[in-house]
Amino acid sequence: MWGARMSSVLRFSDVRKSFGKGDAKREVVRGLSLAVQGGQCFGFLGPNGAGKTTSLRMALGQTEPDSGLIELLGYTMPADARRAREKVGVVPQMDNLDPDFTVEENLIVYSRYFGMSDSVAKSKVPALLEFAGLSGREKSNIAELSGGMKRRLTIARALVNDPAFIVLDEPTTGLDPQARHLIWDRLKALRAKGKTLLLTTHFMDEAERLCDHLAVVDNGVLIAQGSPRELIEKTIEPDVVEVYGDNVAALKDRVSAFATRVEVSGETLFAYTTTPKPLTDVLAQFQGIRVLHRPANLEDVFIKLTGRELRD
Amino acid sequence: MSSSSSLGASFAIDMNDFSLLRFIPIWRRHFLSWRRYWLSSLMFAVGEPFIYMLGLGYGLGRLVPELGGMSYMMFVASGTLAFSIVNGATFEGMYSAFARMQIQRTWDAILNAPMSLSDVVLAEWTFAASKSVLSCVTFVGALVLLGISREWTLLLVVPAALLIGAVFAAIALIMCSVAKGYEFFSYWFSLGIMPLAMISGVFFPMSELPKALQTVSYCLPMSHAVDLVRPLLQGKISASVGLNIAVLAAYAIGGFGVAMALFRRRFAN
Repeated sequence: MWGARMSSVLRFSDVRKSFGKGDAKREVVRGLSLAVQGGQCFGFLGPNGAGKTTSLRMALGQTEPDSGLIELLGYTMPADARRAREKVGVVPQMDNLDPDFTVEENLIVYSRYFGMSDSVAKSKVPALLEFAGLSGREKSNIAELSGGMKRRLTIARALVNDPAFIVLDEPTTGLDPQARHLIWDRLKALRAKGKTLLLTTHFMDEAERLCDHLAVVDNGVLIAQGSPRELIEKTIEPDVVEVYGDNVAALKDRVSAFATRVEVSGETLFAYTTTPKPLTDVLAQFQGIRVLHRPANLEDVFIKLTGRELRD
Repeated sequence: MSSSSSLGASFAIDMNDFSLLRFIPIWRRHFLSWRRYWLSSLMFAVGEPFIYMLGLGYGLGRLVPELGGMSYMMFVASGTLAFSIVNGATFEGMYSAFARMQIQRTWDAILNAPMSLSDVVLAEWTFAASKSVLSCVTFVGALVLLGISREWTLLLVVPAALLIGAVFAAIALIMCSVAKGYEFFSYWFSLGIMPLAMISGVFFPMSELPKALQTVSYCLPMSHAVDLVRPLLQGKISASVGLNIAVLAAYAIGGFGVAMALFRRRFAN
């Protein structure tokens, strides 16, 4: 425990934060404790409004917690925020590249914020663009880049200071599958270089694929954590049978004897089970439905932990 | 640790967090961006006051031969020069700063680097004041070309523009810190800057105003800006130069403090 604590790159201990006053007061983070270990890709998951963004802002020293302790790279936040951020890279959710500048100028201007001279900043550009798959694009304007290219440039920009810790807030939202795969590949490359990554995402396949450790938050508290495998094994039945049809709700009673849990969402029925064979045999007798039998995945875990209701 | 949500507490700027040089890379970013749009940017800040000057100076100037010991052209040229200095910082501190803060999210990107909000706001303030200097240099260049004034004291308009720019940049940043959208800024232009110009001796002497209004005007910064700039076109220094500088400096520093506190409050939520 002591050793693990020593190597943690980011640590939250009983952190609380509320906004507003009086009746309008909302407690957004309610006693959150977690630790990101060095070299990990740490997935920070939760529905909208769970407190992820506020937590990230507090982690970077941009919002002050009401109580609790936050340490980033050994620095107390937000007191030593600037010194900590010298060693951190951030890929924000909202694209905020400088639209007036070329690809190269974006990197140079950003490097200056870290106190680099123009010549040092310029010397770093080729390697950063090569990493981002943007070699030869030095003089391109931002408007000429595709969504995936912009996101890769934003990642390159987050690397100008050769950070030990990189925060990525929904790095693949809005990208097509090709662009997503390319981003995943780059994140794996960073991980292989020994960087510690903290990633938020709403794509459970992405979290399952990339992350070593996941923390699920909801209503400002940690509700589960572990590796993707562990979370699936300890939270949910190993097999899922999905049934599609016009009136699947009527089937609910017929199948519930063969499943641990049955849920209906719109025109889909989800049956969770440890013994799928009897269930699929029963379903084979029905006409007018389609059946999909698959192993349980992280999305099932997420839905079980945070419910099916929409959050906004 | 002080709560940054209350205006009073956040007024105290953390001096450890406040380096006077760290804002320079941000200032350079704004300057690089300005180089892309310098023509349209100058057109707004200088073009409009310059047209007022030509129209009023040549048109009205025939009817009003002399005002306060100078030609009406000289009177209105010095007034509109001060006005263009005010415009330069006002436009930058409202529209451009707001775009960077709220629309392009440039501030967020900078705040992810080892920069603090005070660095970002200080860069906006100094850059907006620099825009006043750019407006002023352009306007003065035109006055020299047209032969309206060729006094050596025109060189002193440059530091005056920096000080006046600092005042109106700070006021513009106050507007920016509470704005929800661009619409808000047209109120300050139409209901703030324009009426202020009318009572501050830009187009006609303040002595024509009712006494009470003159007193109000003396307490506000634009009349001191006009006072400071006007004699410089005639090779003279303002008789009340010390007072003008003191009033402007007080507005600049006080205004910046208020803007900083309001931005801290905005960013705490």
